[in-house]
This record gives sequence, C-alpha cells and structure tokens, in this order.
Amino acid sequence: MSQATLRIKKISGHAGPVPGAGTQREFQVCKLVDTTTCIGCKACEVACQEWNDLPFAATTFDNTYQTMPQTEWNFWNLIKFNERPKEDGTMMWLMRKDQCMHCAEPGCLAACPADGAIVQYTNGIVDFQQDRCIGCGYCITGCPFDVPKLNPSTKKVHKCTLCADRVSQSLEPACIKACPTGCLHFGSKDDMKDLAEKRARQLRMYSGFDKAGVYDPPGVGGTGVIYVLHDATNPEAYGGLPAKPSIPWAVKLWKTPLKWLGNLAMVGGLIGVTLHYLRFGPKTVPDSKAEERP
Amino acid sequence: MSTTSAIPHTRAQSGSEGRILRYTFGERVLHWVAALSYVYLLLTSLAFWSPYLFWIAMFFGGGPTARFWHPWMGLIFAASVVWMYRIWHRDMRTIAADREWGKHVGDYIRNQDENLPPIGRFNIGQKQFFWLMLFGGIALLLSGVALWLVNDIPWSWRWLRYTAVLVHAVAALLTIGGFIIHVYMGTAMVRGGFTSIIRGEVSASWARMHHRLWYEQVKDKPSLET
Repeated sequence: MSQATLRIKKISGHAGPVPGAGTQREFQVCKLVDTTTCIGCKACEVACQEWNDLPFAATTFDNTYQTMPQTEWNFWNLIKFNERPKEDGTMMWLMRKDQCMHCAEPGCLAACPADGAIVQYTNGIVDFQQDRCIGCGYCITGCPFDVPKLNPSTKKVHKCTLCADRVSQSLEPACIKACPTGCLHFGSKDDMKDLAEKRARQLRMYSGFDKAGVYDPPGVGGTGVIYVLHDATNPEAYGGLPAKPSIPWAVKLWKTPLKWLGNLAMVGGLIGVTLHYLRFGPKTVPDSKAEERP
Repeated sequence: MSTTSAIPHTRAQSGSEGRILRYTFGERVLHWVAALSYVYLLLTSLAFWSPYLFWIAMFFGGGPTARFWHPWMGLIFAASVVWMYRIWHRDMRTIAADREWGKHVGDYIRNQDENLPPIGRFNIGQKQFFWLMLFGGIALLLSGVALWLVNDIPWSWRWLRYTAVLVHAVAALLTIGGFIIHVYMGTAMVRGGFTSIIRGEVSASWARMHHRLWYEQVKDKPSLET
C-alpha cells in the first residue's frame, strides 16, 4: 500500500525520472534475524497475520513444526524448520524466519512491466502496489528468493511490506514487536550490520560455532533483512536460503540486452521496409487485358 | 472452413476479366482470425515489453484487462496457426522450383521480376513466413502457458520460468520481424496481394506473373465455389 511519508527511490515499469530519488535524507532500514536465538514460537507469524489483517491461510501438517511449505499470498512470514545432525551425533534445530528480503537490487522490480506496481522507498523497503499490479507474475520469475505469491482470485501479487505502514509512522514491524526472545531486531542497516557481526563473533568465540556469520548477500546489493547463521557457509541448510542469490541471469538478459536488441530490430525492420519502398516501390503487374486475350 | 483443397480453382464466370480464386472463403476467414488475434497480441505485448509503450494497454482496457485477455487471445492465435498447418502444409513444402527462385531473390527484391523462374502457389519467402509463424506460434504457446501459470510452477522447476521468459521474447521478436515484412509486402509492395486476401481473387496476369506454375494448374479448371 502506498505510503505518503515514504519517498520513492525506484519504480517498476516506469518511463522517465523517479520523483523521490535523492530528495530525502533517509537511512536504510533493516531487520535482523538471529537464527541462533529463534525458538520457533511463531509469534512473528501471528503478529504478521494480525497486523496486516490477512485472511487465514490453511495450514498443513507434514510431521514437522512448519506451518506450511512456503509463504503464501496471505501468509508473508513463515518459520522454516530444519533438523540437522551435529558432529557429536545429536540433532539441532535450524529455524529461520522466511519473508521478503527487501533486496537493494530487487529482481521483482526489475522484472515488473507495470508502471508503479513495485516501488522501492528511499529507506530500502520494497513494496507492491496492488492497485497498479496487472497480475502477470513476472515478479515471481524475477525474485531469487521465491517470495511473491499470486492471489488467484484477484490476480494480484502480495508479499511482506516490512510493515511500511508502521515504519512510516516510526514504529517497528509487527513481527519485531512480537518476538519474545529478542532474536529479531529492527533499525538502520549500519546498526543492524554491526549488531549482527558482533553476535556472529560471539558465536565463533564462545559458543563453538566456528562458521557463524552474517547473511547479507552482495549478489542483490545486500538485503533489508539480514540473518545471523550458525553456519554461514551453508545457508541452503536453513530451508533453502540461496548461497549466492542474484537477479536470475535469464531476467537480466531479457530485460537489458535482449530488450535493446529487440527494439533495434523492430525499428530497423520498419525503417528497412520504408527504405525499400522509397528505393524500389511497388511490384505492379503489366496491364492484364492485352495479355489475357490470345 | 471445410474446403481443404490445396488448389483453389478459377471461377466459372471468370471469363471476361480473367479473375482467379486465390484464397477460398475459409482460408480468408482463417487468415483474418490469425491476423487480428496476432495484432491484439502484438500491441498488448509491446505494452508489457517496454515502459515507454505501456500506454498502449490503455486502449485495451488497462494493464490488468490486457493481461487477462492476452493469453486467451494467444490460444486463438495458436489454434489458427495449427489450422493453417492443416490446410496449407502441403502447399508450403519447398520444391525444386523454389530453390531456383531463391537464387534470384535479389531480383525479386529489386522488382526485376522478369528474371525470376516460375513457381507454384507460394514463393519460398511466403513458405518461410508460414513455417516461422507456425513454429514461432508453437514456441509462444508453450512458453506462454508457463508464463500464464508461473505461480503454479514449483521453485525446484524455476528453470522453466527462466526459459519461458526468454523463449517467449525471442519467439515474439522473430515473428514480429516476419510480420513487418509480411504486412509491408501484402499491402504496399505486392499490389493485388491485399485484395486477394480480402476478396479472394487475383487477375490472371497477376497469377501468371507471380505464380506461373500455379496459374498453369488452375487457369482451366472450373470453380468449386460460385
């Protein structure tokens, strides 16, 4: 939904300048998810449903704690539960709060053809404007995290807004508010990055997680949601968090070189046939009647 | 649409003016179903292709409406090219005369038609356009279905999403190239061509000049249509 107090940095499918770029002294906001202190209570899931007034999504039971296999158009915040054997043979939980990552370089926005259907605010939040969405689903193809989901009856795509409505009023997102362990933090990107690095260092030095680290993938320009992982070398273990996410190469190829090549070819074709006509003119048939009669 | 005859015949009463039936009523209807659905698909696709052309969607009821109808119109177009295959594929095979004609395509482009060897009902350019639209149409249909149902393609099959956007764009561009040349030749360049696909008839001298082998076959046959 549109937030009047948030100014716009990037606009999908937009011809011409972007009104908000560079007009505001705005810092990047960021959500920090410390997977090492998550207890999987799902308070963030409930808070998200409550604040955003989402109709209930059907839950599925597959012998795990996980509410459903993946986020849905009406379920934007999902804890992914994964059990993994440790070196000593015991098991440990990897629990990761999955939601839109609010990429600095959003693949959804790059793929979207509808003017203004996806915007990035100057504070880094990537937001879908359903009133401008045409329902083509290109954002689904563009996203490296499989986040946008289509509402089949309205043909509009939905995802986590990072509570843009709350953030624009200086409130933290609903999920942050609900977390009982303090594994969720919200603040400026710089502060959250510092806090995350500090926590990762602590895990490496005192908790025996030698590979602990911060997930802030550079392939998408960094994200507005960052994770502290016990094992930053294997993000895939946390319910399919991609190790090196970036805008899919097919989408990059399609939206830049192919587009300009295609535009050149189409304009070139029109110019070509025009020049042909000017140079050679039409093909006319010699007068028929004289030839018809034997 | 029942007439699938490879060779339409001259009209019985064609005597004085020497008019020859080039496209049957069914062929003309089919051509225009394909043409109008293709133009709709082309214009709406240009709206989705470039932000600078998104305004085109306004003429088709706005972005969501254009997006809603585009795939359904695509099914109509795909069905029409498949039907074209059914009625025209025998006529569209390349024959020896076409290869000979193809060597002189430069003369054709320069309007030096007197240097061209005689050919059948279609020249090799028309045949290549037919196959381009058939295979292009099939590629557009298959990739288009994947784009249509993208929300139902599981994450593990995401290569299909990526392949579909590329195949759809490349196939569309190839057919647009053919379309530009086809429309130019059919309306501006080859005089008599546009009338033939509207009214179905060409003059005997037109047939003799452009498709002499076909003309020799059909000039004396009585018409099946009246």
